[in-house]
Amino acid sequence: MKYIPLVVANLLRHRLRTLLTIASVALALFLFASLRTVVTTLAATAQFGGASRLVSTNATGIVFPLPIAYANRLKAVPGVQGVSWANWFGGRYGDGKRFFANFAVDPESYLAMYPEIVIPPDQKEAFLHDRSAALIGKRLLTQFGWKLGQNVTLQGTIFPGDWTFTIRAVYTPTDPVIGDDVLIFHHAMFDERIGRAGIAGWFIVQIDNPDHAPAIAKSIDDLFRNSSAPTKTGTEREFQASFATMWGNVSLLMGTIGIAVVFAILLVTANAMMMSARERTGEVAVLKTIGFSDRKLFTLVMVEAGVLALSGAAIGLGGAKLLYKATNFNGLGFLPGFNVTSATLLLGAGVAIALMLASGLVPAMRAARLSVVQALRHVE
Amino acid sequence: MKIPILYNVRSVMQRPFSTALTALGVGLVVAVFIGMLALANGFRVALARTGSAANVLVLRKGADSELSSGLPRDVASMIGASPHVATGPDGRPLVSAEVYVLVPLHKSFDTTQVANVVARGVSDQAWTVRSNVKVVAGQRPASGRAEICVGQRLTSRFPNTGIGETLRFAGRDWTVTCHFTAAGSAFESEIWGENEQFMPVFRGEVFQTITFRLKDAAAFDEAKRALEDDRRMTVDAHRESEFYAQQSQLLGLILGYLAWGITSIMAVGAVFGAINTMYAAIAARSAEIAVLLTIGFKPFSILTSFLVESAIIAAVGGVVGCLLALPINGIVTSTTNWASFSEIAFSFRVTPMLLLSGLIFAVVMGVVGGFFPALRAARLQVIQALR
Repeated sequence: MKYIPLVVANLLRHRLRTLLTIASVALALFLFASLRTVVTTLAATAQFGGASRLVSTNATGIVFPLPIAYANRLKAVPGVQGVSWANWFGGRYGDGKRFFANFAVDPESYLAMYPEIVIPPDQKEAFLHDRSAALIGKRLLTQFGWKLGQNVTLQGTIFPGDWTFTIRAVYTPTDPVIGDDVLIFHHAMFDERIGRAGIAGWFIVQIDNPDHAPAIAKSIDDLFRNSSAPTKTGTEREFQASFATMWGNVSLLMGTIGIAVVFAILLVTANAMMMSARERTGEVAVLKTIGFSDRKLFTLVMVEAGVLALSGAAIGLGGAKLLYKATNFNGLGFLPGFNVTSATLLLGAGVAIALMLASGLVPAMRAARLSVVQALRHVE
Repeated sequence: MKIPILYNVRSVMQRPFSTALTALGVGLVVAVFIGMLALANGFRVALARTGSAANVLVLRKGADSELSSGLPRDVASMIGASPHVATGPDGRPLVSAEVYVLVPLHKSFDTTQVANVVARGVSDQAWTVRSNVKVVAGQRPASGRAEICVGQRLTSRFPNTGIGETLRFAGRDWTVTCHFTAAGSAFESEIWGENEQFMPVFRGEVFQTITFRLKDAAAFDEAKRALEDDRRMTVDAHRESEFYAQQSQLLGLILGYLAWGITSIMAVGAVFGAINTMYAAIAARSAEIAVLLTIGFKPFSILTSFLVESAIIAAVGGVVGCLLALPINGIVTSTTNWASFSEIAFSFRVTPMLLLSGLIFAVVMGVVGGFFPALRAARLQVIQALR
């Protein structure tokens, strides 16, 4: 403990160098945490889904609709407790530069099935009773400066024309994966306006027991196998995962870059630490002469490396955690629930310890093994 | 008087280990920089090459992608009769009214993964209208039969896409009769069949897009005005090349931001490292520098000399980075283009320009990182240093 002033004095001798080293470690770990969080967020999206919710889509492909009349037949399938349906709308707001998801749902059954969508009770009532109402995520309020009760107009891209909705309710998701930037409106109104086509993009099916999911999914698909629109049914998680896999190799790419970043900064930092250790050869010799043991010198150098690596890591990892939280970052809506997980923070700390070992070990061993006579020969 | 560069080269060689570490650090930054831009570049090029400036793509008014559009048959025949449409050698108008849908296909390497692949039902003229499309193996699908032609980039990633095999989608079996290339464009990630075959099994009596060749490529604006002002239809006309380039915008933007964001943070880290290395190098050589100053070299020469030294180390790193990044050129990767919701395969494109900018980037990092240490060297107090 009494050697702390010595370590501090060593670190403060080249203030700029210490500062730069800590800063570069901090940047490396900030980047590491950010890239890994992209990967974990995508993985979390793929993991989302109530275990007791199934999703039925058209077997021909996700872009093809199903007849809304399927709802009644789905309700009759044994094990099914509730059925709701939704249709992708794909409306554009303003210049369309800021994309957000919007779709039509059967409001009552949909909200009953998604307790994750939390709405103040009075707003929920107002939304359910107004056919031209919209329910929006709280992010959209700040994003566009919308207010409750305001009319907003979307341009339909799939369903042409201007569609005007009144914002009647604002929700907060309890599960971040749901996203807080979605606009939801009444399917009945949608259906009426497109000429009562009676189509639904997908059905959500609430089942009694998650263990029965495969069997129920199969009986649903069997039910419609020979109809004009066969279904493909799976758990909500599988449905979500199919979107997450669409990113292809993005996870791999992020992982690779993360490793490259860590490695690059590690090289540079280790180099700086070794150079500073080399400068102090004479000093180490003096310390040895006045009675410092090899072991003590080894520890001193390692502690110095540890302070640099760990304080850099604390700034970088803590900074990433706080920054993304404070700015409510969601990657233009592509990465809902972007949050640096504790596993990522732990892994980052592990990287910092590895950095400490890699950059401290060689100088520390050199200091411990230094021959006093040799070293002092160079001291002027 | 200038200090010879040889001095710097020799100094650098004096401390090979630390130079190598610094250079490698810079090299990795440059490699990531080139790699990410090569990805963004490859994606953009794949879509930019898809369209031709001589073609016009007609969508329903307000539709922002081929998928969301829908056009009735009579619009197709009206456009076919338009005076702006070029005619082929056989005298027929060069128009392709197309059915555009996405079908889920299982991937070869992991059959639990499903990708949305574009199935495009085209007319006979499409193969002429799209001049970059070339059948490389097999025969084009015969009219009236359940046959398809598969884009080259799909063949390695999806099973049952070999010639003579049958691919099942939309509840039917389709015989693969040919493979085609399209100059590396997004068409190579598509399945083409006959529009009249696709229509009944997908969305019924509706086309998604109508593409035609302009009689006079310069007359795009007149053609656009004529179509959009025509009261019999509600359409938007786009220059085909511009339309596909626009489809790449969103993802291109994301990839571009990522590339710049990640590399600039990395670069700052690497510059900090370079500053440390150079300060240490200068501290170790203060006596040497003092001697140089004593024998008459101007402080400015010292400054430039150390800047050059730092730049040399960084340039070596830049070359290393280029070498590291080169092998990724041509690697095929795939992702979903969210603007069209379809999966597109494209290759990393490392261009000479990109390599050059990587090198310049490295040298800039070196010069920035070397500036303050070099300044300190130039301002060295001779008396103190020589003591």
